[in-house]
Amino acid sequence: MGVSIEVQNLNAWYGANHTLQDINLNIPANHATALIGPSGCGKSTFVRCLNRMHETNPIARVTGSVKIGGRDIYEDAKPVEIRRRVGMVFQRPNPFPTMSIYDNVAAGLKLNGFRKRHELDEVVEKSLKNSALWDEVKDDLKKKSGASLSGGQQQRLCIARALAVDPEVLLMDEPASALDPVSTSKIEDLIFQLKSQYTIVIVTHNMQQAARVAEKTGFFLNGRMVEFDSTHKIFTNPSDKRTEDYITGRFG
Amino acid sequence: MAASAMAIRSRLRAATDHLVTALAILATILVIAPLAVIFGYLVYKGASSLNLNFFTKVPAPEGELGGGMANAIVGSGVLLALASLIGVPIGIGSGIYLAEFGRGTKLANAVRFTADVLNGVPSIVMGVTAYALIVAPHVSFLPFLGHFSAFSGGVALGIMMIPTVCRSTEEMLLMVPHAVREAALGLGVPNWRSTLSITVRTASPGIITGCMLAFARVAGETAPLLFTALGNQFWSTSLNEPIAALPLQIYIYANSPYDDQHRLAWAGALVLIVLIVLAVSLVRWVTSRGTLKGSS
Repeated sequence: MGVSIEVQNLNAWYGANHTLQDINLNIPANHATALIGPSGCGKSTFVRCLNRMHETNPIARVTGSVKIGGRDIYEDAKPVEIRRRVGMVFQRPNPFPTMSIYDNVAAGLKLNGFRKRHELDEVVEKSLKNSALWDEVKDDLKKKSGASLSGGQQQRLCIARALAVDPEVLLMDEPASALDPVSTSKIEDLIFQLKSQYTIVIVTHNMQQAARVAEKTGFFLNGRMVEFDSTHKIFTNPSDKRTEDYITGRFG
Repeated sequence: MAASAMAIRSRLRAATDHLVTALAILATILVIAPLAVIFGYLVYKGASSLNLNFFTKVPAPEGELGGGMANAIVGSGVLLALASLIGVPIGIGSGIYLAEFGRGTKLANAVRFTADVLNGVPSIVMGVTAYALIVAPHVSFLPFLGHFSAFSGGVALGIMMIPTVCRSTEEMLLMVPHAVREAALGLGVPNWRSTLSITVRTASPGIITGCMLAFARVAGETAPLLFTALGNQFWSTSLNEPIAALPLQIYIYANSPYDDQHRLAWAGALVLIVLIVLAVSLVRWVTSRGTLKGSS
């Protein structure tokens, strides 16, 4: 089941660059929350702070608190443990190129020492079904490399890989921006189905996409969160002039 | 008017295309030709001396005809196995350090610089150094050391393999896309595990190629063995004794006054090259068996 995320006074830096400034927001459990804003506004940095991927960059720094399911991930927690609870799907599909489809999905479990064959089989099947890829790959699970699939299939494979470690939250950083419209709509359908089981945070440049999949939307600009409200409100009656300018295409 | 100008330009473009293609083909021929010539010449000179004796007998005593290089073939195998045992793990390990853990540190820069210099050290210097450090009698209180031995030859060759393996491992690891590393970290895989199971595995075809290059290079080395393995006219597979090696035996026979031994030297050179090709092909075949359809 998904859990809620409470972010308080979150600040992040890349070197001297203050990329996130005083972010406060509550992301509800078992909903999809979209983050929109122009390139470089800090939304990707923000999601990377939610699973402590931000700090894998040696010049990066974070302050503030992020509570996931009530527990502060920056206090007495190991980054690897957080990343197992908070899965991530990246902008470009990034399957492990030398691994089979099966091994790609099982990677998270196998690399953390999980060895029970029978249970692995079940997890792989369930994850691929959850990511709507099972029917397309079930005959080639161990024969084909993850890299042999089409771009859209690879992205669904990456979603299955993230789901296989049974996270509570799924972060998606522009998951469809490298895909064609048909694959994009498959990913969106998937987000729709998955949010009953997971808390989903999706970064997107595509405002129609935010409107289609998310109940809540946050608008980021220059490292600050300008407005966070129900998606309907953001797109029909935003409180802030800058949000309105952005969604009506006046800048960005 | 305009139409004819376009026709001329298009013909010019086609001509340039043909010219560049021809140059590329010429360059390819120039690369392949020396190999073909060397191999053809070795077959021409050496094939007639290849018989069962060559592969089963040790060198004939001074003044007698016949004999073979069985001990040198086995000796080269022993030396190269030992060299690979030393050179491959250290080379790959240091390459992983350079690419993954030490990136940008002073130690990494020093290691990289040392590896590049080591790569350029003439093999004869490597032999003399190995002699001074581990063959000369002053270290004879240590096991294996202080005298000519297969062990010292393997060490000298192994050290020569390190820089090639190290630098090619580093290059190959740096070519693994950042996205692949992020994918592993994003799954909650610890960094060391992600490095070994994901990054190194993704780069492994290139790393293996680097190891094969290093192996093939030292397989033909003679100079470092002159001061270490020394060569042996008799059977020996002991690491503690001087051992025969194909390059050494070729060197000895090529310098002999007898035509018979010259022919044996040619045959030895032919066998050496064929064995290197076989070893490289075998490793490629073994390591590519698990490769999946469509993997890059």
